[in-house]
Amino acid sequence: MDYEVKLDIFEGPLDLLLYLIKKNELDIYNIPIALITKQYLEYIDILKTLNLDLAGEYLVLAATLVHIKSKLLLPEPPEEGEEEADPRQELVQQLLEYQEFKNASQSLQAREVLERDVFIRGAAPVETPPPDDDDRHMWQEIGLFELVDAFRQVLGNLGQPELMEIDLDRTSLADRINEIMDQLRGRQSLTFAELLDGQRERRRVIHTLLAVLELVKQRMIRICQAGPFGVIRLFLAVEEEHG
Amino acid sequence: MDETKAIIEGLIFASETPLSIDRIVETLQERNLSRQEITIRIQELMTEYGLRGGGFCLHEVAGGYQFRTRPELSAWIAKLKGIRPAVLTTAALETLAIIAYRQPVVKAEVERLRGVDVSRPLRTLLERKLVRMVGRKDVPGKPMIYGTTRKFLEVFSLKDLSELPTMGELKDLTK
Repeated sequence: MDYEVKLDIFEGPLDLLLYLIKKNELDIYNIPIALITKQYLEYIDILKTLNLDLAGEYLVLAATLVHIKSKLLLPEPPEEGEEEADPRQELVQQLLEYQEFKNASQSLQAREVLERDVFIRGAAPVETPPPDDDDRHMWQEIGLFELVDAFRQVLGNLGQPELMEIDLDRTSLADRINEIMDQLRGRQSLTFAELLDGQRERRRVIHTLLAVLELVKQRMIRICQAGPFGVIRLFLAVEEEHG
Repeated sequence: MDETKAIIEGLIFASETPLSIDRIVETLQERNLSRQEITIRIQELMTEYGLRGGGFCLHEVAGGYQFRTRPELSAWIAKLKGIRPAVLTTAALETLAIIAYRQPVVKAEVERLRGVDVSRPLRTLLERKLVRMVGRKDVPGKPMIYGTTRKFLEVFSLKDLSELPTMGELKDLTK
């Protein structure tokens, strides 16, 4: 049978149920429970055979549906009230409420979202004024801890990784080393901030750290800091020969 | 342009977050301006920027005023900034909508309405600072109560929570 199962489109059992109701063009106030229960259970079976981690909530709703179905099948006990409530009522109420919030979430998404549709004036962190570059004596060479600490700050500023990303950027460490050397040849020195300017990807930031460490080990660059907690700057260890 | 208006424009321009009328009153204390006098000038500015049809406009968001670029320019600016919009998943968005409309609300209620566990989307929303804990409910277990933040208003370009369409209005929209 042809099922258009697209898993990520179901946001839970209620969503699946709403989907089935829409697909069959059913009246939400008068759900044919037998039909919907059958289809719902079929979906659950498929999800199971696909070996998906089925949330318990799906099964709870399945049980609810079966329960409602059985209630509808059984003749009403005569002695109990004249106005026996429709056993579907509670579920319908829940579906309607859920539908409302789905609408609400779509209307939120349709708004002008900051950093997607509209932007505010770029408020980059105020940079410390560039230190006196000419006077290299002011610069002290730093150790690994200062460097790692600086990277830690950068990583911290990156914040949480957004969702899952399949990283297509397969920059190797060697590439990054070459990039840094190219940048340095052009400018003689780079501040730490410049080196990581605009780097949002954790992986790339880490590559940068590894590249810097490798370059220091190879004695191709020197890393200096203008006093404790000052700006960190990278220098070419050897001035490039002219020609 | 009258000087006060120019000052207000400058203040809003220089402010990193939406600037409230209260802050403007406070800043311009020596001039002894009423809230109304300030509001009138801001309205004028908003109209002027609107008529100008330039790259940005003055908006009322999150209880203050802020310059924001025109939505039509989003592709260019995203390119300049090299950012991809941080998209919220459907689960996170639905959770956010429920919290926005039902706040203050406990997690169990959000889960009842969505019919599914919301731990993950809720964590995302807390991390993104769109939602915050506003207290604990005085029932056994003392569950956390959640509500939306100022940042929520800023991100979704809302003046305040009352600007959210009512459930009834939403129904009409989908009809």
